[in-house]
Amino acid sequence: MEAASIHARLRERFGDAVGDLTGSGRTVGATVEPARIAEVAAWLRREPALLFDCLSTLAGVDYPKRSVIQVVYVLYSYRLRHWLTLRVDAPRDDPRVPTVTGVWSAADWQEREAFDLLGVQFEGHPDLRRILMPEDWPGHPLRKDFVEPQEYHGISTSRESLLKA
Amino acid sequence: MSLINTVPDMALTARVDDLLNWTRKSSVWYMMFGLACCAIEMMQTGGPRADLERFGMAPRATPRVSDVIIVSGTLTLKMALRTKLLYDQMPDPKYVVSMGSCANCGGLFQLAYSVCDGVDKVIPVDVYVPGCPPRPEALTEGLVKLQQKIQQEKWLVRKTDPVGVRA
Repeated sequence: MEAASIHARLRERFGDAVGDLTGSGRTVGATVEPARIAEVAAWLRREPALLFDCLSTLAGVDYPKRSVIQVVYVLYSYRLRHWLTLRVDAPRDDPRVPTVTGVWSAADWQEREAFDLLGVQFEGHPDLRRILMPEDWPGHPLRKDFVEPQEYHGISTSRESLLKA
Repeated sequence: MSLINTVPDMALTARVDDLLNWTRKSSVWYMMFGLACCAIEMMQTGGPRADLERFGMAPRATPRVSDVIIVSGTLTLKMALRTKLLYDQMPDPKYVVSMGSCANCGGLFQLAYSVCDGVDKVIPVDVYVPGCPPRPEALTEGLVKLQQKIQQEKWLVRKTDPVGVRA
């Protein structure tokens, strides 16, 4: 199904919770209200004409100017061979987004990564721990205002240049 | 009976230090510690073409029986703590070979938030092998250099004497 008609169906079902159609190709899609994303995801997976059975990727993006952390869901339907991208804008100071692990179990580690690197709290996630950084790491390193600590467990994180003038 | 006749036909004389060092350098077991792409070159070095086994070097899967740890690849800060733990488990005498730019100084990734800028920030390094990644020939040369270093150790010097004692 074409992205425009998928979008029209979404609008018909969820009304203003779904934003305008933006992007092109595989990133064509719409923004969704944070509180409704799990519901929208479950419907997209179930709906016989859509059948988005694959969460291709889930990523987080930091937009400090808009004070937003965006979670991007790239969906694909193996059965019907169409793509859709959903975007969720969460407030930067307290980004809380319902989990979609109940819809696609592939979201488990992807959400843990977004939590680890950007600090997005996925509510209802079964095991929201850091996945890449050490457990005792300060802060979330992919935030644009992240400042690298001077040392970690006594290991200095900078090195003098060997090229001295 | 002359003294000559009391010595067997086959006899070698050597200083104890030299003998110990000779046996040690001829059986340097290295710990398999592949962290990144350098590990591929390390495997090649252990393979039939470069053939580390001709120097008496065999790969080991545990630090507890290893003599040398070849740090091959990018060392993250998370791994740095574990590297220290593994190094501490190795029995003395132990050596460290830092393989490739990343292990030497953080290399290409040294400005990344997650990367430890050189394994020498965590454990003492004996031989640095430059390259990104070093070819098997380069790693072989580094290990031959390590053998030369082992041959020069002076184990019987009193520990109170700072000369010749490893730091």
